[in-house]
Amino acid sequence: MSTIHKEESMVMQKTMIADHFEQLARAQQEGRKVVYTFVPGNLTELILAFDLLPVHPEINALQSGMRKISGDYIREAERLGHSEDVCTYVKCDVGMLMKGNLGPTGRPLPPPDLLLLSYTGCFTFMKWFEILRSHYDCPVIMIQVPYQGDGRITPEMTDYVSEQLRKELVPALEKLSGKRLDEERLRALLQRSRVAEENLVWALESAKRRPSPIDAYFGGVYYIGPIFTAFRGTQACVDYYALLRREIEARLEAGQGPLTPDGLLAEEKYRVVVEGPPNWTSFREFWKMFYDEGAVVVASSYTKVGGTYDRGFRHDPARPFASLAEYCLGCYTNLNLPDRVQMLTDYVRDYAADGFLINSIKSCNSFSAGQLLILREVERRTGKPGGFIESDLVDPRYFSGANIKNRLESYFQMIDLKRQEQYS
Amino acid sequence: MPEHIVRRCEELISDFSFDYVRRWKAADPTRRVMGFLPIYVPRPLLHAAGMLPVGIMGGGSQVEIIKGDAYFQSYICHLPRSFVELAMDGKFADFDGFLFPSICDVIRNLSGMWKLLFPGLYAKYFDLPQNFDPELGGKFYRQELAKLLADCEVLTGRKVANADLLESIRLYNLNYQAITQLDYRRRREPWCYPASEAYAVVRAGMIMDVSEHTDLVHTYMNAVDAAERPFHDGSRVVVSGAFCEQPPLDLIRTLELAGCLIVADDFLLGSRWHTTALPERGDGLDILTEAYLRRSTYSSSRYDPLCEKRDHLALQVAESKADGVIFCAPSFCDPSLLDLPLLQAAMDERGIPSAHFKYAENTGQFQAIREQAGTFADSLMLWSER
Ligand code: SF4
Ligand code: SF4
Repeated sequence: MSTIHKEESMVMQKTMIADHFEQLARAQQEGRKVVYTFVPGNLTELILAFDLLPVHPEINALQSGMRKISGDYIREAERLGHSEDVCTYVKCDVGMLMKGNLGPTGRPLPPPDLLLLSYTGCFTFMKWFEILRSHYDCPVIMIQVPYQGDGRITPEMTDYVSEQLRKELVPALEKLSGKRLDEERLRALLQRSRVAEENLVWALESAKRRPSPIDAYFGGVYYIGPIFTAFRGTQACVDYYALLRREIEARLEAGQGPLTPDGLLAEEKYRVVVEGPPNWTSFREFWKMFYDEGAVVVASSYTKVGGTYDRGFRHDPARPFASLAEYCLGCYTNLNLPDRVQMLTDYVRDYAADGFLINSIKSCNSFSAGQLLILREVERRTGKPGGFIESDLVDPRYFSGANIKNRLESYFQMIDLKRQEQYS
Repeated sequence: MPEHIVRRCEELISDFSFDYVRRWKAADPTRRVMGFLPIYVPRPLLHAAGMLPVGIMGGGSQVEIIKGDAYFQSYICHLPRSFVELAMDGKFADFDGFLFPSICDVIRNLSGMWKLLFPGLYAKYFDLPQNFDPELGGKFYRQELAKLLADCEVLTGRKVANADLLESIRLYNLNYQAITQLDYRRRREPWCYPASEAYAVVRAGMIMDVSEHTDLVHTYMNAVDAAERPFHDGSRVVVSGAFCEQPPLDLIRTLELAGCLIVADDFLLGSRWHTTALPERGDGLDILTEAYLRRSTYSSSRYDPLCEKRDHLALQVAESKADGVIFCAPSFCDPSLLDLPLLQAAMDERGIPSAHFKYAENTGQFQAIREQAGTFADSLMLWSER
C-alpha cells in the first residue's frame, strides 16, 4: 500500500477531533452536557461559553461516508420507512442512531441534552431535528435565520436573529449548564475566532497564486474543519490556522503545489472553481480524478457553507450577538441564487480559473435546485467552460466512478480546446 | 347541475393561457396581478392593494415539459419544471409579480432563478416565521407583511388604508367559510361531494376573484343539494402529504374509483391555511400576523414547535370519521417525505391503518395506484366491519 501524505496540520486536526470525541464519549460519565447542532450558522462560541459540548450530525454523516459505512446506515433508515428520495445525511444519521450511535472514532456518542436548530439555509435541517426530537427526550431550540431572498442582510433580519439568541437560546443554555452567560468569556472566544478566521482567509486566498499551494476543495474541506465545527473560538483552533499558514507559506516559497494523498502535485495544468459539496464515500477516488489530470481546485463554494469569511465577515467581540446573527445570515447556504452566481463568477475571475464545475448532489435540494441555471449564468458571465457532474454525499449507490471520470476527462479536454482557440 | 359547475372549474384550472386573468385585468387599467406559489400567502393583503392573487400550483399533466427539464435535475420535484415551462412560454404575460413563500429549498431557490431569468419582474421571497413568539417571529413577520404591502402599493399606485385591509379580510373570511362548509359537507356526505369535484371547485379559487369564487362554492353546494345524489359506500380516508405539488385530478378520481371516499385532505392547503376565520376589527397587519402565528394549519413546511403534527393528523382522522390514511407525497419532496415515517408510526401507534405512495403532478399511469388503493380500501372495509 502506498503511503498517504499528510500535512502536519492534518495530523494536528486529527488529534483535535479525536480529543473531542473522547470528551464526548466521557460526557455522560462526567456530567457534561451535549448540544447537537448544524454546521451552517453554528453558534460554537456560545456553546463553548457555557462549557457545553457540540455534536454536528452532518459531520458524523460525512465521517461515516468516508469510512464507507454510510451505505448500511442509509439502508437501515430506508428499512424503517425513510424514502429513497430524501437527503441522505438525514438517513445516514437515523441509521447510525438505530445502530448504536457510534461516533467516527468508534466510541458511542452521548444523546443530546439540547437540539439546537440554527436553521440556516436548509429546510431539511428542520425536518431532521423533528425526527431526532422524536427519538430523544430533550428540548429543541429553533433559531430561525431569515434567508437573504433579496441578496442582502437587513437590520430587521439581524435583530430578529440576535433577539432569538438573547431571549431563547441564552436562557436555554443557562438552564442546561447551570451557569450565567459570561459576556467577557464570549467576547474572548469571539476574538480568538476572529484571529483564526484571518488565517483561514489567508489560506484560502493563497490559491490565487500560481501554482496554487492548496487545493481549495479537497484540501479545503480539511482546512475548514476546525473553524466550521467544534473548535471555533478555542486556542487550539487559533494554533491550527497558524500552523496551516506556515505550511502554506513554506510551499509558496518553494513554488510548490498542493499536497495530495499521493504527494505534492507536480504540475498545475488546470485551475477550476467548484460549486457543491463533495462526495464522501469515494472522496479519495474523486480527488485522484482531479490531481491525476493536474487539476487544482482554486476556489469552492462548499468551503463557505460554514461562513463566507473571504467576503469580509469576521466575528466581532465588540458586538457579540449582532455578529453571531450576521454570521448565521451570511453563510453560503443562505445566499440567494443571483448572489451565488456572482460569487462563483468572481471566483473564476479572481482566482484566474480555467473553468468551473458543479458537483450536483442528488440528496441536497438546498444546493442542487437551480444549479443548471447557475451553470449557464456563470458560463455566460465568465466565458469559461462549465462542467456538470452528479453524485451524492454519503449514498454510495449514487457515485458512479467511471461515469464521473469520463465526464471529467472530457471536461478537461474542453478546457484544452478553449485554450487552443484562444491562442490560435 | 353540479357537473356543469365542476366542468367550468376544470376548464378554468386547466387553462394555462390564463384567459380569466387577462379578462379580469383588462376590465380596469389600474388592476394588477400577483402570482404566488404554495402554500401560505396573505391573499387579503394583495386583494386590498387592488391585486388579483393567482396561485400557481404547477402545471399538472396538461403542460408538456420541454424547456423546464433543462433547468432541473431528475431528482427535483416536478412543480418547478412546469412553473418554469409556463414562464418560458410567456404564459405569465399578465402577471405583475410573483411571491415565493418560504416553504422549502426548491421554491426558495426558484425565487432566485426567477430573479435571474426575469430581472425586470417583481419577485419576492416571502419569508414566513418559524418562530411563533409574537415578540420575535411575530415582529419579524409583521415587518415582512408591511414591506410586501409597500411593494404592492408601488405596483398598483394605490395607498392601502386599514379599512381596505379589513374589508378584504372580511371577503376572504366569507370565502373561507364557504370552503370549510364544503369540507364539512364532504365529511358528512362524501358520496354527494366527491373529492375530485370539490378539488376543482376549490382550486378555481386560486385564480378567481374572491367574491366570485365564494358565490361559486355556494352555487355548487346548492346544486349538489338539488341533485339529490344517491348514497354509495366506500372506505373513508384522509389523504395527507400533498400540500404543495398537486396530484393530477385523475389520480384523485382513481382513488375514488378504487373505493375510497376522501373525507379530508391537504390538497390546496393555501386555500384554507388558517384554522378559523380571522378577526375583522383592529389592525389588519396585526390580524394577518396573528393568523399565521396562532391559526395556521400544520404542514410539513411549517416548524412544529409543540410536536402537534401527529395529534393533528389523528384528530383529522377522528373528526372526519375516517377509517384510514393515505399518505400521498410528491416524489422528491423532502418536507413531505421526511414527515412520512413519523406520521406513519403515529398512525400505527393509534391503530389507524395507512398506506402510502408517491406521485408527480404529471403522473399518467394510475393502474398500480388503483390496485394499491383498491386493496387498501378493501382492507379498511374489512377492518371497519370487524
Ligand atoms: S439537504 Fe443539503 S444542506 Fe440540507 S441537510 Fe441535506 S445535505 Fe445538508
Ligand atoms: S413539492 Fe415539495 S419539494 Fe417540491 S416545491 Fe413543493 S414543497 Fe418543495
